Amino acid sequence: MRTFKKKTSTLQSAEIDSAENAIANREVQGLTQRQIVIRRFLNHRAAVTSLIILTTLVLFVFTGSGFHVGPWQIPGWWKHNIDTLSDLIVCSEGRLGCPTLSVVPKWLGGDGIRLGEHPLGQDDIGHDYLAMVLRGAQRSLMVTFIIGTVAGIIGTVVGAIAGFFAGRIDNVLMRFVDFLITIPSIIIGSVIGYHFGNLGALFLAFYLGLFAWTGLSRLVRGEFLSLREREFVDAARVAGASNNRIIFKHILPNAVGVIVVSVTLLMSGAILLETALSYLGFGVIPPDVSLGLLISTYQDAFTTRPYLFWWPGITIITIALSINFIGDGLRDAFDPRQRRKVTLKERRVKLFNRLMRKSQNV
Amino acid sequence: MLAFIGRRIGTLFVILFGSSFILYNLTAISGDPREQYKFATDEKSQSALRALVRQLDLETPPPLRYFKWLEGVLGVFYGKLNFGVTRDNEDVISRLSAAIPTTLKLVTAATLTAIFLGIALGMVTAIRQYSRFDYVVTFFSFLMFSLPIFWVAVLLKQFLAIEFNDFLEVGYIDIGWRILIAAFTAVFWAGVIGGSKNRIAKVALSAFILTFGILTAIVALKWFYDPGLGPIVVFILSVGIAFAVTAISMGLDNRPALKSSLSIALITLILYYPLQYVFDKYSSWLLILALAVLTISTATLISVLFAKIDRGAVIRTSVITSIGCGLVVILDRLLSTWSEYLTLDGVNGRPIPTIGQMNPLLTTDDFWLVQLDTVVHLILPTVALTLISFAGYIRFTRGTMLEVLNQDYIRTARAKGLSERVVVVRHAFRNTMIPITTIIVVDISGVIGGAIITERVFGWSGMGTLFNKAISGYDLNLLMGVFAVTATLAVLANLVADLLYAALDPRIRVGNRL
Repeated sequence: MRTFKKKTSTLQSAEIDSAENAIANREVQGLTQRQIVIRRFLNHRAAVTSLIILTTLVLFVFTGSGFHVGPWQIPGWWKHNIDTLSDLIVCSEGRLGCPTLSVVPKWLGGDGIRLGEHPLGQDDIGHDYLAMVLRGAQRSLMVTFIIGTVAGIIGTVVGAIAGFFAGRIDNVLMRFVDFLITIPSIIIGSVIGYHFGNLGALFLAFYLGLFAWTGLSRLVRGEFLSLREREFVDAARVAGASNNRIIFKHILPNAVGVIVVSVTLLMSGAILLETALSYLGFGVIPPDVSLGLLISTYQDAFTTRPYLFWWPGITIITIALSINFIGDGLRDAFDPRQRRKVTLKERRVKLFNRLMRKSQNV
Repeated sequence: MLAFIGRRIGTLFVILFGSSFILYNLTAISGDPREQYKFATDEKSQSALRALVRQLDLETPPPLRYFKWLEGVLGVFYGKLNFGVTRDNEDVISRLSAAIPTTLKLVTAATLTAIFLGIALGMVTAIRQYSRFDYVVTFFSFLMFSLPIFWVAVLLKQFLAIEFNDFLEVGYIDIGWRILIAAFTAVFWAGVIGGSKNRIAKVALSAFILTFGILTAIVALKWFYDPGLGPIVVFILSVGIAFAVTAISMGLDNRPALKSSLSIALITLILYYPLQYVFDKYSSWLLILALAVLTISTATLISVLFAKIDRGAVIRTSVITSIGCGLVVILDRLLSTWSEYLTLDGVNGRPIPTIGQMNPLLTTDDFWLVQLDTVVHLILPTVALTLISFAGYIRFTRGTMLEVLNQDYIRTARAKGLSERVVVVRHAFRNTMIPITTIIVVDISGVIGGAIITERVFGWSGMGTLFNKAISGYDLNLLMGVFAVTATLAVLANLVADLLYAALDPRIRVGNRL
């Protein structure tokens, strides 16, 4: 084994390089683009973990708090909701409404593992705080999702039209984008939030989405501008494909990586924007609840009732952090130039096999 | 080139016109400043309402009113700039000119720190791609991306201000904490420097011993009550800066560079006591500015004396060293004011405030006390803003640097046998800085109007506060004033960024692009 180690270190680096290439190539042999992307994404450990966490959180939040569909209300599994008031629990030291959640088992000197009546405590007048955090997270997630969808669709369409048709159409559309970009998003958000906030969180999200697409459209335009010059587009045109078909069947699938990645990042920005607006008082308005609103309401409670501050904050961070990591994983997965790092172990195994084969041939 | 700039400035005006028109009407449609008088019937409210309508010219429909507003703004070309009045009948320009310096004071330090730290960490993570250090920094930068600033602010107020002040009353660091802090520092530097196991162990060990030693000395000397560096520490730090700057920019083999940097450190030591006298006697911003000019010219002179070849690079090295040494001297002077500051009436032993931009109880007008007061009030917002914004720089620098490191010219440089330092600093870093410079320009223009939430959390009243007030009071003129400043800066910065890009990178031809 010693001699083997010495031998590998004296190998030419070119040989190692080609070995890496071989590994990378064998990895993707005979796979479709989609399979390669999925496989690469699954190899990104942080992204997969984040995806699992986010999915769990979404399921937990939506089934827990229930939601309205038009006039009907589907109740969630959590026994309280944000409208019910219950008596404030009196706990030790004469405090009111502190959390009943306990995770330290009795044999370690804790209170045993239990949820209790109000696991995350109660607010000033007796609302269950878990119900409020659930509803707040649900609102924030929906706002994020709506902004992402609206901005994603508009941005893609505008960018695709500008990039594909180029020339005058491109000029007009991009100057319009320039207009919108000069207005900082928080200004737009505040103006919209302040005046339409009373229509509810979802309308607010829709309006914000109408303004949040500019960055995405620039990226998509750039991608389309370069893709439309490629041979496969010429080939499609010669074969008689219509503009629509070229855009949707030929160019869009090639640009989908850029779109997916930037929509993800846009969504993680959107959740912070909603939070910031609610904090400033231009976003979600009580009695509706959002995570930003909860934090800003209870920021002064940090020293006396820290749980009112920690839970919504941790929820926001978890959501934004997982979205960011998923975005990072997607970027790595879609980027064809990105070659996964070949681990030292793989490199050694590969070299070892080659050496064995060589020695057998000799 | 001139035609290009001319055309761009033309477009710029069109864009500003368009976006201000959109914003003006959007805001005007969406709210009415008369709202608070809607249900009022008494004579007093009625007359107030009439006054408001006259003052803000509310009878004119918004699109027309916009052009009246625009006429005032275009006055900038013949020296009669007029942004109109706020609803409290104050001149918008006077409000703006009071707010801009405050915002600048708030964001300058944070922006500089974020840029400096972000670029440094981004470079290191790119060089050590896929190392543990890279993963940890990546995780933290994503975490920073995901933090709402007001949430961080609450934590900072608690831990950096309230608990630090509590700690000052005790002034003692447990040995457990000392070990923990030292261990953390050791891990950090081992991660940054990297290399073979032997080298990592050496770096970690020395960082551990150094940190632990310094902390112990601080505790033993009760340094927190009367901090200050003294000539010895100032000299040691200056020599350290001299070595570090030379090692990074020129390499320690370059004797002229090392010699001139070290002589700057020596001059710092010699001038230490005379400078204290000058500081006590004639302290003002003018003095600091004069000293800065003097420092830089001395550094240039010294390096010209030492270096016969490659003068530009040596001059750069010693100028950076001299700036570092100058900052250390000023830091030392500020720190020696600390004990006096602590005992002031308004401070009363709790120096780090959680809110506000100056201590209202401060009666002294001693230059250094006032500066220290500003500095302590800046600590929390600066840390918060830095934390939030430097993650972007880390990620961007890392990405760009990785792209550059994969280029052929880097391979060529390595193949020529250049040292890794030269490859990274001369070939990779310079090319990485081209896109980063343009990003920095745009970002700096953005922060002027951008710290809306920070200002609110920490109780500063700059542009963000004005903006806030404008929105919630339907104060159209005030809002448009804030917007005019931020938007003009934004489009100008974009233009400057494009020009800089062309100036820095000869591969780019601006003229052809538009």
